[in-house]
Amino acid sequence: MAASTRSTTRRSRTGLAAFGAAWIFFARVVSLFPRACMRPLLVTEQVYALGNRTVPLVGFSGFFIGLVMALQLYGVLGRFGATVTLGPIVAITLMRELGPVISALLYTGRAGTALASEIGLMRATEQLSAMEMMAIDPVRRVIAPRFAGGVIAVPLLALIFSMIGMLGAWLVAVVMMGMDPNVFWGQMLSSVKFYDDLVNGIIKSIVFGFCVNLIAVYEGFHALSSPGGVARATTRTVVIASIAVLALDFLLTAYMFRGV
Amino acid sequence: MTDKEEPAISIRNLVFERGDRIIFDHVDIDIPRGKVTAIMGPSGTGKTTLLRLITGQLHPASGDIRVDGMPVQSLRGNELYALRMRMGMLFQNGALLTDLNVYENVAFPLREHTNLGESMIRTLVLMKLQAVGLRGATEMMPSELSGGMARRVALARAMIMDPEFIFYDEPFTGLDPISLGAIVRLIRHLNQTLGLTTVIVSHDVGVVESITDVNYLISEGKVVAHGSPEDLRENRSSWVQQFMTGLADGPVPFHFPAPDYDETLLKEQS
Repeated sequence: MAASTRSTTRRSRTGLAAFGAAWIFFARVVSLFPRACMRPLLVTEQVYALGNRTVPLVGFSGFFIGLVMALQLYGVLGRFGATVTLGPIVAITLMRELGPVISALLYTGRAGTALASEIGLMRATEQLSAMEMMAIDPVRRVIAPRFAGGVIAVPLLALIFSMIGMLGAWLVAVVMMGMDPNVFWGQMLSSVKFYDDLVNGIIKSIVFGFCVNLIAVYEGFHALSSPGGVARATTRTVVIASIAVLALDFLLTAYMFRGV
Repeated sequence: MTDKEEPAISIRNLVFERGDRIIFDHVDIDIPRGKVTAIMGPSGTGKTTLLRLITGQLHPASGDIRVDGMPVQSLRGNELYALRMRMGMLFQNGALLTDLNVYENVAFPLREHTNLGESMIRTLVLMKLQAVGLRGATEMMPSELSGGMARRVALARAMIMDPEFIFYDEPFTGLDPISLGAIVRLIRHLNQTLGLTTVIVSHDVGVVESITDVNYLISEGKVVAHGSPEDLRENRSSWVQQFMTGLADGPVPFHFPAPDYDETLLKEQS
């Protein structure tokens, strides 16, 4: 009984220490963000590796989601004689919700996993230890530029997702179904609000970018130095970041769109 | 101010634990300045851990580790990095940065720590690569190098900031005879020409003996013996004799502790 209590106490202490260490790591990475931006070449490389290479995935996904939304909505709205609202509904849905959330989830699957496994492998092959021995802080040289690049990439991907999604909806509604393009774009322009819809969507994707990239670099940096350890870090990145994005989306939506 | 006679690295009462296991139990080691010192012992005795403790990558439970008089265990942040600027370390697998080619790997510390112009960086990198015989491999990526070549590139990188102390972690493991000979000659040559304080962690007794001035034998958390290679050869301890001559039979058992063999087999059959 006493042994089991001691074991539980030790486990709680270890868990608490790990929780504290994680927050110290997060604070360190976030505090190094401005400093990382002082070396634009390193950050640009990461925006390319993490962002540009995710554009095809995000673009195709946005396009097909736009097509499907327009197909579904055109039929349903037609029953109520409200097809004129198709443009605004698609735009608002993409900007407020689908753009930030789905692009963050796709980014997690494509770039977050790459980030975690790359850093994990650097740990396993002693590249991070070698940097430490060269008096180079790996958090500053490796982690911070990757985090900064990822945080810059996610909102841009969300914007690309939303824009291509709208083009997909235009293709179905205007080109396939014969809807008046002036109605489609005109209704969209008059209904979408710059701050409520666009800015709030961008704020959401910046928050998701911080969250997903922090989880990815943390899991990679703390991966066990073995193939299993790197695989576990990659899986944990996808699972934790996906749940975090969906949970944060609920909280942000509840706060941002009260009564809007 | 450092005295020539004082050890470059001095370890006193070192205790280090991993979970419930004691890796070092009140260990004392002195590493002389400008000499080649080997830390030897069977696999899993904590030789690499000792290097990590000396270089401040790990912190001891208790004890004092001084490098050039500075207490490594108390140094933090910039102080520790300032000390590491005077150290070079060759990792077992080279630990080259896999997304950079040979030239950029060697130039990496210079780019991070100095504002030297490209022509100066080029000269220094080519000098170091020439010293390890790989000036012709500047454009190769780490994945294209053999194990021996990767270690030589890593050695060039470790030497690029002209360190005073150099640490080798199992530098001879898995090398063919030609690469092994090249690495051995380089270690001895660098020590003799630059007067570096050199620490080699290895269990290759024959190779280590040929280049070291002082050897430490560690096992089960203690220093079992130390002295010159000749001293260890003449040591009467059966443990030292077994290790130095590679005998299967001796105080270090071949079998890991286990229940009685016959009993175990019979129990499984029944």
